[in-house]
Amino acid sequence: MATETMAPPVAAAGPRIKSELMQQRVRAARWFLLPMLIALAVVAGWPLLRSIYFSFTDASLNNLYGAEWVGFGNYLRWSVLESGTVRYRGLLVDANWWNAVWNTVRFAFWSVLWETVLGMIVALVLNAEFKGRGIVRAAILIPWAIPTIVSARMWSWMLNDQFGILNDLGMRLGLLSQKVAWTATAETAMTAVLVVDIWKTTPFMALLILAGLQMIPKDIYEAAEIDGVHPIKQFFKITLPLVRPALMVAIIFRVLDALRIFDLIYVLTPNSAATKTMSVLARENLFDFDNFAYGSAQATLLFLIIAIFTIVYIWLGKVNFDGGSR
Amino acid sequence: MASIELRNIRKSFGAVEVIKGVDLEVRKGEFMVFVGPSGCGKSTLLRLISGLEDITSGEMLFDGKLVNALAPSKRGIAMVFQSYALYPHMTVYENMAFGLTLEKGKGKEEIRQRVERAADMLQIRQYLDRLPKQLSGGQRQRVAIGRAITRDPKVFLFDEPLSNLDAALRVATRIEIAKLHEEMNNVTMIYVTHDQVEAMTLADRICVLRDGLVEQVGTPMELYEHPNSVFVAGFIGSPKMNFISGDKASALGAHTLGIRGEHINIVPEGSGWSGKVIHTENLGADSYVYLEMGTEEPVVVRLDGANEYKSGDVVHIAPMQDKIHLFDAAGKPMH
Repeated sequence: MATETMAPPVAAAGPRIKSELMQQRVRAARWFLLPMLIALAVVAGWPLLRSIYFSFTDASLNNLYGAEWVGFGNYLRWSVLESGTVRYRGLLVDANWWNAVWNTVRFAFWSVLWETVLGMIVALVLNAEFKGRGIVRAAILIPWAIPTIVSARMWSWMLNDQFGILNDLGMRLGLLSQKVAWTATAETAMTAVLVVDIWKTTPFMALLILAGLQMIPKDIYEAAEIDGVHPIKQFFKITLPLVRPALMVAIIFRVLDALRIFDLIYVLTPNSAATKTMSVLARENLFDFDNFAYGSAQATLLFLIIAIFTIVYIWLGKVNFDGGSR
Repeated sequence: MASIELRNIRKSFGAVEVIKGVDLEVRKGEFMVFVGPSGCGKSTLLRLISGLEDITSGEMLFDGKLVNALAPSKRGIAMVFQSYALYPHMTVYENMAFGLTLEKGKGKEEIRQRVERAADMLQIRQYLDRLPKQLSGGQRQRVAIGRAITRDPKVFLFDEPLSNLDAALRVATRIEIAKLHEEMNNVTMIYVTHDQVEAMTLADRICVLRDGLVEQVGTPMELYEHPNSVFVAGFIGSPKMNFISGDKASALGAHTLGIRGEHINIVPEGSGWSGKVIHTENLGADSYVYLEMGTEEPVVVRLDGANEYKSGDVVHIAPMQDKIHLFDAAGKPMH
């Protein structure tokens, strides 16, 4: 009986104390979040809203504030000709735009695919124990540490049709019958860009995967050895499932990065329709062609495409950003 | 069922020699325990037997056949790790079946039967669909043991399997391992531990290791009654054997006199040795009295039931004459 009569006050006191503590914690959390929210609103939120707004206007560089609302005109508008045919105009029917979208997606797909495969191989090698591993680990990061502009310039010289080392080597070894303008030829331009991007970003991928590999306990490989699991089977049945959470996060980082690729293409293959991506095209319209509103519409669409990609990927891949719980 | 023979086995990691020439025979169906302080090489020796580490020199024979270069999976062994080493992404069933699915000619039905039989032995059948992270430490260790059983090994290796469990679970699992040995009496088992209680309670024979060398091999009672060095005498038995040197030892012609706490009687004043009580521990069934007698470590006397001594009391004790161990200056027994 004593416990029964004692119980209610204890039960009543419990939640009250807890909620006081919770309130205090929530207040503290809000204060800690505030600086980040302000910073994000200023550097990301406001510019994003501005460019979305401009995409619905007829703004131009020398008339930003006198811009007039044109609704969806930049995206799609149509006029009926005297002959009765309907003529569509705007971003959604712009062949240049869809070419850029196609280039971007193609670039993102191939670069991330190769970076994942090569990054995994490099990470597996770096995860093994051998002499001088520390030096190799540091050395492999060099391509990633070089600023993109610098490495793009460096590669554009190496790929140069007259003075480039690649053509020189190819000719001397008899692999090429004539010098090739790697970055200027439509057929090879995308491959050239891909090679440079893969060269540059594989170390980053390897590093992210390596972090995932090091989370896997070593003893289960010994158990597998006693179970008689072949090394290749060990990789597919043990390593790959266990590194998957880290791999999924690494891939999404890289996909988002690749979808907004700009600097490498801007430097390496300026003005080539074979490689022009969404970001390059948007910048061109915004600043070079003085189609500020049209460029804004492209930037907005680019944002939407990346957002949809991300949502679909996270949804399909069940990505866990907390690193996955095991 | 396999007998294992180690001939002058050595193992070096770089310049450091960890196993310094071990000769040992493990008989068929025997429960052999490797025991010793940390760093003595007992785990390394087990890993050499398993094949997870290469032997630097010497010969390892299973049933008379040289296995130095044989892969772990070809030796007919199963191993239970201290950290369980379960595959975290597989269910209990998959963990136990994984090794079997890789063997040729094993049907699904046969695998299922073997897994379920092992699961029944260890009472983990209701957990077969769970992931390791959904199990407690004790349950995980059972799964690890179950995985080893399903391999139907000739040799069962345990690497400190109870170290990560709490005290109560350790005792319960220890009893289960002993039962397992009875049920699988044709399987040779080798068990590594630093805990001499596990060694005493589980082993058919114990191998005491020290600094990469075998100190003594024998049944638990042989080691308890006839330790062939001060090291073994001090390592086997709890509380630790008392060592007394100086006048009391030289009176008997020895460098060191060893006497276990349970072999000391309290005697009336005027006879035996006297000592001052510095601490007592009452465990209910028995109790320990720590006496200051001018020795390096206090002398421990084990008494039946509780005792009423207080710090500062002077107590007179006498060792049972036939239980005294005498050692020479080299730490070797004198007979």
